[in-house]
Amino acid sequence: MLIRKHDALSGSDIRSSEITPKEKWLNRRSFITAAAATGAVALGTGRLREILSPSSSVQAAGKLDTVKSPLSTTGEELTSFQDITHYNNFYEFGVDKSAPSQNAGALPTRPWSIKASGLVKTPKTFDIDTLLKLRPLEDRTYRFRCVEGWSMVVPWVGYSLSELIKECDPLPSAKFVQFISYFDKKVEKWQSQSQIFWPYSEGLRMDEAMNPLTLLTMGLYGDVLPNQDGAPVRIIVPWKYGFKSAKSIVQIKFLDKQPPTTWNDLAANEYGFYSNVNPNVDHPRWSQKTERRIGQPFYAQRHPTLMFNGYGDFVAAMYKGMDLRKYY
Amino acid sequence: MNKPALITLKVLTWIACLYPLAILIYGAVTNNLGPDPTGRIEFATGNTALNLLVISLAITPLRQLWSRLSWLIKFRRLLGLFAFFYASIHLMAYVGLYAYFDPNTIVQDIAKRRFITAGVTAWLLLVPLALTSTTGSIRRLGGKRWNQLHKLVYVSVCLGLLHYWWQVKTGVLAPLWITLIMAALFLARPVLGWWKAKRVKTLSA
Repeated sequence: MLIRKHDALSGSDIRSSEITPKEKWLNRRSFITAAAATGAVALGTGRLREILSPSSSVQAAGKLDTVKSPLSTTGEELTSFQDITHYNNFYEFGVDKSAPSQNAGALPTRPWSIKASGLVKTPKTFDIDTLLKLRPLEDRTYRFRCVEGWSMVVPWVGYSLSELIKECDPLPSAKFVQFISYFDKKVEKWQSQSQIFWPYSEGLRMDEAMNPLTLLTMGLYGDVLPNQDGAPVRIIVPWKYGFKSAKSIVQIKFLDKQPPTTWNDLAANEYGFYSNVNPNVDHPRWSQKTERRIGQPFYAQRHPTLMFNGYGDFVAAMYKGMDLRKYY
Repeated sequence: MNKPALITLKVLTWIACLYPLAILIYGAVTNNLGPDPTGRIEFATGNTALNLLVISLAITPLRQLWSRLSWLIKFRRLLGLFAFFYASIHLMAYVGLYAYFDPNTIVQDIAKRRFITAGVTAWLLLVPLALTSTTGSIRRLGGKRWNQLHKLVYVSVCLGLLHYWWQVKTGVLAPLWITLIMAALFLARPVLGWWKAKRVKTLSA
């Protein structure tokens, strides 16, 4: 193992060859990334997770204390940290996929809080540091499928959104949840590159939001969430197209009717409110039957797209009797 | 323009035109095409094809504006053929990497998806132009008829731009610049024609 415990390091009987060079130790994140990229197949994901969440006795700044989760997806090669952080749709920071990695440094992630309002007993505000400690943080690897036709496999860190919703005390009349992202024209100078009505807004039906798979996400690869991936807190809804998973959330509203959502407002025929991953319902401009896995060579990139992105066992029951062609 | 200068410029043009392809091949061989190699190949080839078409269409207005640049005509065929070359790789990349050589997918895409319909039509319109690009063809067809046939390039470019606009997400303005440049080039023709006619009139008066 690369990372050693403090007590081991302080001992005098270690051979110098066993001590990790400081430079390497400081660069362990890139080592982990490289290991994830190259070693995922060889090592298998179980062993990999051990590498990704090493013993918590060595704590670096930003490193999160995490536990395993039975809801984590196994048997998939993880997309590299490099690709997850350099291929982003975060239009507040530019429309190019590489723009958020260059520009999102401007996002002020501290202090940060989420305001919970609408149909709740009493409106509450949750500070990010409270959120980080509210429940044990879990390693949750999920497939991530973008409506544009590309996909990744991402080791997120967080806990079920339902845990936060319970703390919010929504009224029985609350049927939908709306997520509103951070927006500041002065910070996010690149917002004018698209004609989106800011702030970014997304929403879920209450049962979707309460589904244990829906993740309140605060980390990536065992570390705090990089800005370009929606720091400091976002949601991840793994069975829906990526745009449903709003980034950098500042407000959660509980409502009795379906909230307006950004891409649906812009082009309702292309981006439905539900937007469940569905290989049988084409996007008007392209087929959704297959997807391009990010980070793989061009001749091996294409994979079949799975119904509900492969999470049907957990979520299909919520849509029983619904015409998914109509409610795409 | 003297011969050595012309040859040098032609070599440079060849290098410039092959450069985007060389970058892609180098990236493919070293497995370094970025996070989304398929998307990269598709975008780079389509973008290069459109850029080359725009440059080739800029030649006539430039010659009209400055008669000293009349030698530019010697480069138009080269640029046009390279545009067709990149458009063809773009199409083949779609067939191989997006449709996975499945004829059903291709037929359905062309029938159902307007951005693909526009793109394929734009490419089809370039085919007769590439085939009649030889000096022999110009002679056989006669300059006037050849010229009329090659007016198809305007339709092809417009469809190419439409293809681009319909492909990007609603609200994304990436194709704006090339569209504006193309619009300026389209406008330049009648404007320059009118200006020239006026000058001839003043000179003869």
